[in-house]
Amino acid sequence: MSDSHQTVVIIGSGPAGLTAAIYTARAELNPLVIEGEPSSTGDQPGGQLMLTTEVENFPGFPEGILGPQLMADMKAQAEKFGATFLTRKVTKVDLTTKPFEIWIGNPDENSPAHTADAVIISTGAQSVMLEVEGEKRLLGHGLSTCATCDGFFFKDKKIAVVGGGDSAIEEATFLTKFASEVTVIHRRDELRASKIMQKRAHENPKINFLWDSEVTEILGSNSVEAVKIRNTKTLEETELDLEGIFIAIGHKPNTSLFIDKLSIDNLGYIKTEPQSTKTNIEGVFACGDIQDHKYRQAITAAGSGCMAAIDAEDWLENHQS
Amino acid sequence: MSVAITNLSTENFDSEINSANQPILVDFWAEWCGPCKMIAPILEEIADEQEGVIKIAKVDVDNAPELAQKFEIMSIPTLIVFNNGEPAKRLVGAQGKHQLLDALSEFI
Repeated sequence: MSDSHQTVVIIGSGPAGLTAAIYTARAELNPLVIEGEPSSTGDQPGGQLMLTTEVENFPGFPEGILGPQLMADMKAQAEKFGATFLTRKVTKVDLTTKPFEIWIGNPDENSPAHTADAVIISTGAQSVMLEVEGEKRLLGHGLSTCATCDGFFFKDKKIAVVGGGDSAIEEATFLTKFASEVTVIHRRDELRASKIMQKRAHENPKINFLWDSEVTEILGSNSVEAVKIRNTKTLEETELDLEGIFIAIGHKPNTSLFIDKLSIDNLGYIKTEPQSTKTNIEGVFACGDIQDHKYRQAITAAGSGCMAAIDAEDWLENHQS
Repeated sequence: MSVAITNLSTENFDSEINSANQPILVDFWAEWCGPCKMIAPILEEIADEQEGVIKIAKVDVDNAPELAQKFEIMSIPTLIVFNNGEPAKRLVGAQGKHQLLDALSEFI
């Protein structure tokens, strides 16, 4: 086998991938983690926690820990046990051959960059966009998917957050540090966010709510000036003047590499066997948000990353020549 | 030997930009920005590899909010390439080394 051959390749480096890396490295499987490339959408090395500030619910940190710091620590822990990292994006996989084949860079190259006996998929999820007029054009010009990156630029400004889940409410609360007024625009009449987040938002005098409302267009010539809003019940259309808008309407699994290659459920997540991280292809395991549309927490991702490492180790023991 | 990346402040910004005899890429960043930290090592590599072709400099928006305002920064990281003292290209958001080099191809 060439030196590009690995026993285990882990694709993705959020809490799931890095936990799988720690466990497989400690099992002396010398994992290669193809960690992805920098971006500002959630689809990047370190995963979605790279775009957050304080993580308050990861056990072991009574004072909380910064998301990027937690991920840097997990990576250092994996490296300590011998995991290696490649800051590239996988562009193609062939899971029909043994060993499995993995391309980075040009997917039309004849030979893959790496081959692997076992593959652990932990590519996670990224922000869903509104897909409305003006959104692409004004991204980075008052429209943002990263409150922690961009909140600073909205000091004493009137802004809005679109969404009603934990991440939306967390962002809205964080943004009140800077903005004069934060309107939460939500298409239902109640929040999906956890009780503690809801309570914090309702008690915050800078936050107000626009219920039963969806954004239909982002307006502004060089930067965001207003949004068009449609009431989901009365269908009445109004405009809301503001200088910034943060999108937090949810996440979608990063499955594009695996469509038609692995079994995917009707919500777009990779299917795994119950109580296991096994996919429908032997030797390929999936963990974290790519296979979890229910819990989607750093700690559950990390837990399933551990499961994937143990599943992979078991499988390799029984199948390696 | 790695090439030093200049930290620009409100005091030295204009003189550094105007005296540069090559394109200068300015990275607007901050300590609390995860994606900014991700691209920092990439910019260091580019500074080394493109020494003499393109210069890399940084503006910490916490220390120089006036500069962030002047260039209408509303999202970081934002990278602005100055050529002959004028902004010539603007890139918003973190990206990988290959995409970054592609985007800078007209200068290198």
